[in-house]
Amino acid sequence: MANTALDPHAAITTTASGVATQPLTTADGKPLVRALARSQSRARRKAFLLVLPLLAFIVITFVVPIGQMLQRSFHNDGFSANMPNISAWFAQTERGTQPDDAAWQALAADLQASAEARNIGVVGTRVNYDMPGTRSLFTSTGRKVRKGIEPPYRETLLEIDEEWADPQLWATMREVSTPYTANFYLASVDRTRDADGNIQQVDENQRVYLMLFWRTFWLSGLITALTFVLGFPIAHLLATLPMRKSNLLMILVLLPFWTSLLVRTTSWMVLLQQQGVINDILVWLGVIGGGQRLQMIYNQAGTIIAMTHILLPFMILPLYSVMRTINPSYVRAARSLGATSWTAFRRIYFPQTLPGLGAGAMLVFILAVGYYITPALVGGSSGQLISNMIAQHMTSTLNWSMAAALAALLLGAVLVLYWLYDRLVGVDNLKLG
Amino acid sequence: MKTTLIMSTALAGIAFGASAQEVNVVSWGGAYEASQVEAYNKPFAEETGIKVNMIAADNPATPLRAQVEAGNVTGDVFDVEVSDAIRLCDEGALVEIDPDMLPAAPDGTAAADDFVDGALLDCAVANIVWGTVISYNTTKFTDNAPTSAVDFFDTETFPGKRGLPKNPKRTLYLALIADGVPAAEVYDVLGTDEGVQRAFDKLDTIKDDVVWWEAGAQPVQLLADGEVSMTTAYNGRIFDAMVGEGQPFEVIWDGQYMDLDMFVIPVDAPNPEAAMEYLKFATDTQRLADQAQYISYGPARKSSAELVGMYKDGKTEMAPHMPTSPENLESAVLDDPEFWADHAAELSERFNSWLASS
Amino acid sequence: MLDDRHGEAFVAFEHVQKSYDGQTLVVKDLNLSIGKGEFVTMLGPSGSGKTTCLMMLAGFETATHGEIRLDGKPINQVPPHKRGIGMVFQNYALFPHMTVGENLSFPLEVRGMPRDERETRVKRALDMVQMGKFINRRPAQLSGGQQQRIALARALVFDPQLVLMDEPLGALDKQLREHMQFEIKHLHEQLGITVVYVTHDQGEALTMSDRVAVFNDGRIQQLAPPAELYERPQNSFVAGFIGENNALAGTIEQLDGEKALVRLDDGGLIDATAVNIREKGQRTTVSIRPERVEFKPEMMPHGAHTIEAQVIEVIYMGDILRARLRVAGSENFVMKMRNTIGQTHLHAGQSVRIGWHPEDARALDPV
Repeated sequence: MANTALDPHAAITTTASGVATQPLTTADGKPLVRALARSQSRARRKAFLLVLPLLAFIVITFVVPIGQMLQRSFHNDGFSANMPNISAWFAQTERGTQPDDAAWQALAADLQASAEARNIGVVGTRVNYDMPGTRSLFTSTGRKVRKGIEPPYRETLLEIDEEWADPQLWATMREVSTPYTANFYLASVDRTRDADGNIQQVDENQRVYLMLFWRTFWLSGLITALTFVLGFPIAHLLATLPMRKSNLLMILVLLPFWTSLLVRTTSWMVLLQQQGVINDILVWLGVIGGGQRLQMIYNQAGTIIAMTHILLPFMILPLYSVMRTINPSYVRAARSLGATSWTAFRRIYFPQTLPGLGAGAMLVFILAVGYYITPALVGGSSGQLISNMIAQHMTSTLNWSMAAALAALLLGAVLVLYWLYDRLVGVDNLKLG
Repeated sequence: MKTTLIMSTALAGIAFGASAQEVNVVSWGGAYEASQVEAYNKPFAEETGIKVNMIAADNPATPLRAQVEAGNVTGDVFDVEVSDAIRLCDEGALVEIDPDMLPAAPDGTAAADDFVDGALLDCAVANIVWGTVISYNTTKFTDNAPTSAVDFFDTETFPGKRGLPKNPKRTLYLALIADGVPAAEVYDVLGTDEGVQRAFDKLDTIKDDVVWWEAGAQPVQLLADGEVSMTTAYNGRIFDAMVGEGQPFEVIWDGQYMDLDMFVIPVDAPNPEAAMEYLKFATDTQRLADQAQYISYGPARKSSAELVGMYKDGKTEMAPHMPTSPENLESAVLDDPEFWADHAAELSERFNSWLASS
Repeated sequence: MLDDRHGEAFVAFEHVQKSYDGQTLVVKDLNLSIGKGEFVTMLGPSGSGKTTCLMMLAGFETATHGEIRLDGKPINQVPPHKRGIGMVFQNYALFPHMTVGENLSFPLEVRGMPRDERETRVKRALDMVQMGKFINRRPAQLSGGQQQRIALARALVFDPQLVLMDEPLGALDKQLREHMQFEIKHLHEQLGITVVYVTHDQGEALTMSDRVAVFNDGRIQQLAPPAELYERPQNSFVAGFIGENNALAGTIEQLDGEKALVRLDDGGLIDATAVNIREKGQRTTVSIRPERVEFKPEMMPHGAHTIEAQVIEVIYMGDILRARLRVAGSENFVMKMRNTIGQTHLHAGQSVRIGWHPEDARALDPV
């Protein structure tokens, strides 16, 4: 400013800087800095108390359960906690050590104690995760030794079941004798350990997770692209129509949100199945013959259609909120400067919708990656995603450690994508509404 | 809940068995739960004055496990599948049930001898036997109707889509039966790698024609819509649609897969005495027979069989619709929970891998 | 009707009508010709149709009826990007995701101009508005005045023959606005371009324009150079809209060519020049500028009619003295007197007789 000399504030600053060597004090002589901190700390404390309920809520309902869940993915003490003696023996001996008398005695004692304490099933389940087919070995042996077991232990156990001598079983028990393990993560990427502890791929006909991860990300990407293609014009229409019409259209856009999943699923079935409305119309129109009815549900196509439908609003809403703020004069200016309507759209309008597009794509993609009810209902076999596997491990096979490992990998992958997005586009450019 | 707990405990202390007692039963919902309400809950409440709260779950084993894990058990009696009962029992989550505590049959046969094989476990008592059966839509096969599991896999002679559940347990056995394996040998064959391969090879022959279902209501709907011409389904659901709603369905009992449903009581159940009372009451000869009036699942007691009469409509004889009827048992595969406890995870992975590959 | 000038007009509106809803006409029968190199301002209150006309010229609105010609060729069917018209928007409409340089380069790029030529032109255009060193800034980093210059440079960078400006200075403060008015005027003269300028600020219109079209109610009320618009308004609306004005209602008492005698409603008789008056006995509104009202008989022409006026207040305004008078029952009659040595100072409550040269009082249509 040209009139700095006349600026009264400037004058004060000059004076203050002249005595800057001494700490400033308040009128009653207390240090100014401390007084300021004290006067602000009350406000800060109050603000903190206000958000405390939310903080507590999030910690209790979100951070703690997720943390516990993630912990299961690398921590499972089903064996080590219930079989202390044999776990101790494994800890003292080298990998590959043949089981000696002490080992057999420890095993027998643990089996007996565990069977008596009624947690032999937990032990068997844990071993079964790493070596399928062994759970019943533990439970059935447990039932026989519950009342007590006499030496010689090795012979007694082998008499009950010869499988106790299997070196693979001992290798597996050694593997699970520490509560911390990476095996669930290995299994999540279709890897396993052989008897010597080397990591190798599982049999070809057991490989499923990597393929499902790949399919999940590829389908989520495709669904994101579809929601963009379908949602962009609608969002534009919403942003440019007069308020009354756009409100009506907005209700139509939001309608899927307000419809119960079951109703929606049923209507997809009515529409999409081979004897459904769309096929009927196509046959009636003669587009396809009666024998060539299209398979649009219970397969990948069903998953794509249904999820695109559900997730469409998550693309439209951020796009809409950004588009509404774009002044129509930008496009007019571009047109007046000689741009065709396509160029004006591509060079001027579209770049300005990017923050909304980024937010929408991010939302849709992350939601799609985690979706499982819809694929389960309409996905058939080829429309299953990794989250269906997580759900299956949670509710059906009850292998929560495996579910946690898969979920952790999924979470990790999403975080990597988020990081990439931040590097490429910048998270500051997100505009959620 | 806590208040209820304190209240009921306090009242139980003052007057044991007073009318303020209650028991929370977690079951599967739908027509099945309705049959339990009619056959067990109403007479039980009338007789003992204990209030029964019915809670529906997709699979009661899931909330049971969650409640035990969380250390906050709210259900008293859970209706679960055998494999879950065994597993949960092994994991120490369930109360042991002494068969001698259960009421004897009317003719004096001890409970231990009266129940069908596999119906009494350390921690569980079976109430019903249910079957997964093949069913077809009669309008699709007017001149030549399918009759066997072999026909299910013959899409040339019997065209149309097939409905199968999306799990290995209720698909692999059917493939083996259709491939000529006798029912009694199914698990022996399935225990070998070659046997598993054989089952998947058989499934491969119809893979492109299969519509996979997950919930019990789906196959009935698929069959009714004409989306599939033949499907496997739980026999009670099919019966309900056939007799209850008059759908043009027919059941093929060949290659039936038999399961038991079991009552279990978790340790730390809030009302253990009432839970045990309920369990004893619900699994006596008469109640199990009564339940068959409402749904076509077989009673788990032999002595109930002769008491099974007409369906609630008063004109349909229930016996031919029971999974436990002798003529329906010829090629029935009985569920082997031990086998599945060992192999469920492994075969699920294999199955999913097979599903996902094209 | 249409005279020869239309043949050489650069921009021509002929019988143009515009309706948005099919019920009412926003623009009613517009006829306007603008010569090459002319600076024409469309002035009017909001809703008068001036912006609609500009938008039709730019191609963002289509005319419901009539023809618009640019350089002799009808352009009704020509899309905006092919009209080659530069435009400056009210909010500048600088592309926020592009730098200043990219903004200016845009119209050249879409015309397929080679890179080095683009750079030369952009630089020249920026220098023209003294913004050369801001080439790499984003619009958001510029002040309003700077953005205004960039918008101007962008509208000129591709050498359009015609530049449209839609209230371009509306968002600037008074001082900056006046400064920019000069700059725009200067650029116009320097480049020889044709400018059509829309504003609702009459000061701006009078300062900058060769001709001003005063819009009201969908019609051009008067199209004239600023001085003529001020001195010789053609109707009551223009008289009232441009500058300060006294309006007196009355009836034509005598009509002799252009000379008219008007009987005011309170009985007073005044001189006036008939503008849109046809006959004796007609109602009229007489319009007189405050600075043309005289109260000293020696300043009035011989035989001028005078009327009685009471001074209500006199306000000292530095260069002038402003007196509010009660005339013919109205208390809003204003008279301005130059603050010169020897000026007779009136005071409140005083009675004077006022009069004027008949040419200064214009008998217009009744309001």
